[in-house]
Amino acid sequence: MKDGHDQGPPLVRLDAAELHFPVGGVVAQLQGRATVVKAVDGVTFELRRGESVGLLGESGCGKTSTGRMLVRLDKATGGRVEFDGEDVSGLTGDALKRFRSRVQLIFQNPFEALNPRFTIRDVLAEPLENARIPRAEHEERILRAMALVKLGDAGQFMDRYPHQLSGGQLQRIVMARALILEPEFVVADEPVSMLDVSVRAGVLNVFRDVRAQQGITAIYISHDLALVRYVCERTIVMYLGRIVEDGPTEDIVANPLHPYTQALVAAVPVPHPDQSHAPLPIGRGAPDPRNPPSGCTFRDRCPRAFDRCAVEAPGPTHVQNRIVHCHLHEPKT
Amino acid sequence: MTQPLLTLKDLSIAYRVGDQDTIAVEGASFDVQPGSIVGLVGESGCGKTTLARSLTRVLAGNARIAGGEAIFDGRDIMALSERAMNGLRWREIAFIPQSAMNSLDPVYTVGTQLAEVLIRRGGLGRTAARTRAEELFEWVGIETNRLGDYPHQFSGGMRQRVAIALALALDPKLIIADEPVTALDVIVQRQILDQLRELKERLGISVILVTHDISVVAYVCDRVVVMYAGRVVETGPMAATLTAPAHPYTMGLRNAFPDLASAAGELTPIEGAPPDLASPPPGCRFAPRCPFAEARCRTDVPGLDVYDGDHLAACHRIPEAETLRARAVVSETWEAPA
Amino acid sequence: MSESVTSKHRPSGLFARLRRRFGSIRLPLHDPLAVIGLCIYVFFILMAVFAPLIAPHDPNEILFTSEFALAADLTPGTDGYILGTTTLGRDIFSQIVWGARSALLIGLTAAFVVALIGSVVGIVAGYFGGWADTVLMRLADVAFGIPFLPFVIVLAAFLEPSIWNVVIAMALVLWRDTGRVIRSQTLTLRNRAYVEAARVAGSSDLKIILRHIAPNVLPLSFLYGSIAIGWAILTEASISFLGFGDPDSISWGYMLQDAFASQALSKGSYYWFVPPGFLIILIVSAGFFISRGYEQILFPKLDR
Repeated sequence: MKDGHDQGPPLVRLDAAELHFPVGGVVAQLQGRATVVKAVDGVTFELRRGESVGLLGESGCGKTSTGRMLVRLDKATGGRVEFDGEDVSGLTGDALKRFRSRVQLIFQNPFEALNPRFTIRDVLAEPLENARIPRAEHEERILRAMALVKLGDAGQFMDRYPHQLSGGQLQRIVMARALILEPEFVVADEPVSMLDVSVRAGVLNVFRDVRAQQGITAIYISHDLALVRYVCERTIVMYLGRIVEDGPTEDIVANPLHPYTQALVAAVPVPHPDQSHAPLPIGRGAPDPRNPPSGCTFRDRCPRAFDRCAVEAPGPTHVQNRIVHCHLHEPKT
Repeated sequence: MTQPLLTLKDLSIAYRVGDQDTIAVEGASFDVQPGSIVGLVGESGCGKTTLARSLTRVLAGNARIAGGEAIFDGRDIMALSERAMNGLRWREIAFIPQSAMNSLDPVYTVGTQLAEVLIRRGGLGRTAARTRAEELFEWVGIETNRLGDYPHQFSGGMRQRVAIALALALDPKLIIADEPVTALDVIVQRQILDQLRELKERLGISVILVTHDISVVAYVCDRVVVMYAGRVVETGPMAATLTAPAHPYTMGLRNAFPDLASAAGELTPIEGAPPDLASPPPGCRFAPRCPFAEARCRTDVPGLDVYDGDHLAACHRIPEAETLRARAVVSETWEAPA
Repeated sequence: MSESVTSKHRPSGLFARLRRRFGSIRLPLHDPLAVIGLCIYVFFILMAVFAPLIAPHDPNEILFTSEFALAADLTPGTDGYILGTTTLGRDIFSQIVWGARSALLIGLTAAFVVALIGSVVGIVAGYFGGWADTVLMRLADVAFGIPFLPFVIVLAAFLEPSIWNVVIAMALVLWRDTGRVIRSQTLTLRNRAYVEAARVAGSSDLKIILRHIAPNVLPLSFLYGSIAIGWAILTEASISFLGFGDPDSISWGYMLQDAFASQALSKGSYYWFVPPGFLIILIVSAGFFISRGYEQILFPKLDR
């Protein structure tokens, strides 16, 4: 389907993956008041080797939870999460150790992702120790990783502590830690949202370039379509735990099909004085993950919702080069 | 031109850390016209929030006004007694915080909190306050039956609307909004920005909008004030400033922003990081990161000079701005600062 | 890229590495009261270590005057007995000096045991959660339901009278406070991004606990440990005073009991019961002074 990518089996596969959290304590459970928050509710997609895919949506849409399942910080409560043909949730012992050296996460907040008691050298040595890389090679691997993220004079940073570095430098260290074991798959969770605007571009460029050079498969989680477009050729849009649209980023930007994506694209602010101030094609409500509407979860804000949307959740429909979950786009029968 | 609603003249604010003064805002000057939205833009630590907060005279315990004045409606805010300032706050100058959750009391319903302001400060009776509260909620687009809800029952966007309703309660002339949409998702962000525009257009309220996002500025502001390392580096009408910036920092910011409306281009960072305000470099503070810096930039502090009409910039190379702009759009220019 | 080029930047050696990692374990030298507390401890430790050299007599030795009469109830200064003698003719000063030994022995062991058990329980419960957490915290609830002093008395009645009863009782019961507090601290640490980052980097649970969690909870262990010292000494004194102590080892609590039983109060022998009482107050307060210092390290905002 995707040109220029490996045509073999997918590297990552999610099949109706679910991540449900019980809410409320023992008392609530006894009273039958306890509910379940469906952070991720039946998400299905595949990533081919070398693909870079954006996971886009508002806070609470399940994009970060999906990312956490992919790197196994959380175990799927339903469905399957596969990496290279293996069920990720079932990994233990050596298999898990191998998985950890092949799959990495870049954290959102660089100010919290590094242990304040560790020097940069300690931080970068940790994954090497875990992967049983001989100590003699550490120095060279660390320097190489730091060069990869363009941290100029690496020797100067080695023995510093995180609080002595700027946000942009810290996020480069976080990236270096993720890249040091030469992973095949990297999940980046809003890696620039905590950074100042003037340094964001530098971090984004490093991410984009290293990914392309090393052919790393990547998921880029963000709420910002403009950033996703900068680093990803394909975008998956999520809303309240489900996928609403999945397709090439440029096509989604130019011609969004799902009503939610349409509102999202219209809402992205642009740094130009001349722009549309037309009202958004969306209701004023806010999604409530604890109590989503029946049928299509977007229907209470959707300007084009009709009877069927309240009854039945829309399944995937192939439209042009995209997958859309919307009754409007289902073939007429 | 009409009389400005607010005029800042050479305003400086200092923080005392240990036994040393750090100047967080130095010699800030700009006007706010009635019924306009002014965007105060800059990176974290540039002094924009300190400056905005000083206009309500709510500052951290170790901060003080180190000089200058802020003339609001003929009175110098910085020279007013605490009592007179109290009369001004909320009634004439209202504040919208970044996170409304921190400004709302979790144990009272939002209706009670709104009524409290209207009765205590606005001198309304209980029924009048109730009617006014409903009116305010309708205005900001929240159903009036939610007045009985507690802050935690609202989503982030809704809480921000409640904060706007609170700010509007006593018909202020000026609203200071400190990153009011930063924590929100794009759709909600857009809706709140539309709300701010409506305040301006229908009620004639002026807004000082503190933000780090020039897209937000482009969407709602009439004028821009760009700050860098405690100083105002550029100020002018929004459209002119964004399309034809005269300060290299503004030019650099423009390159660093992704733009969904045009073809996918290269983003260029500004290398380096803002200086430590405890020991700022002499001369222009942007010089260490500026690709166009010359010898004098590192020694002499540039003042705000006219670039074009009411478009001012603090740069020694203003006369060459057009040439610099042409060079600034090329990525390579920013790779190795001079 | 040779190794030697950059490794010279590095503060060398295992010691420096440990200090960097466990920098949180430092003595609270910034707080004057804590320094006073530490000085008091140093004084008592010296006294305990050099007890055989300092004390002129065996504390249990029954002494006689030069006239071969029992040296009973001598007032301070008489015949060179600095603090006088007891009704049974024992040297009070020597008992005081030897008492420091048992006080410190009990106090420090109890503190160590309580801090160790509490930390292990707290970290295991907080880090692993699930059933481990449930079981350990219900055990803590049970421990909270045990009245401490009666428990020690019952335990002393069951076992042979020994100063270690107090330590055993504290190990069985008083870990609960430490465990609870360390568990909640661990819970917040477990979800820190850098701990999750270590998991993603492939670090084992044990490694994460030792490297990322333990250094951050150790100051808390020290705080609760220093509180436990005071508790242990007080408890031992109470137990001995009530007569459940070890009659063969001299402690300050035992001295109080001895004085009380010999009606020292009605005889006006202040020199007998005031010094041990005063020293108990002194050493227990010193422990709390030190814990206050740790509290300031942990919660700087508590201070004024």
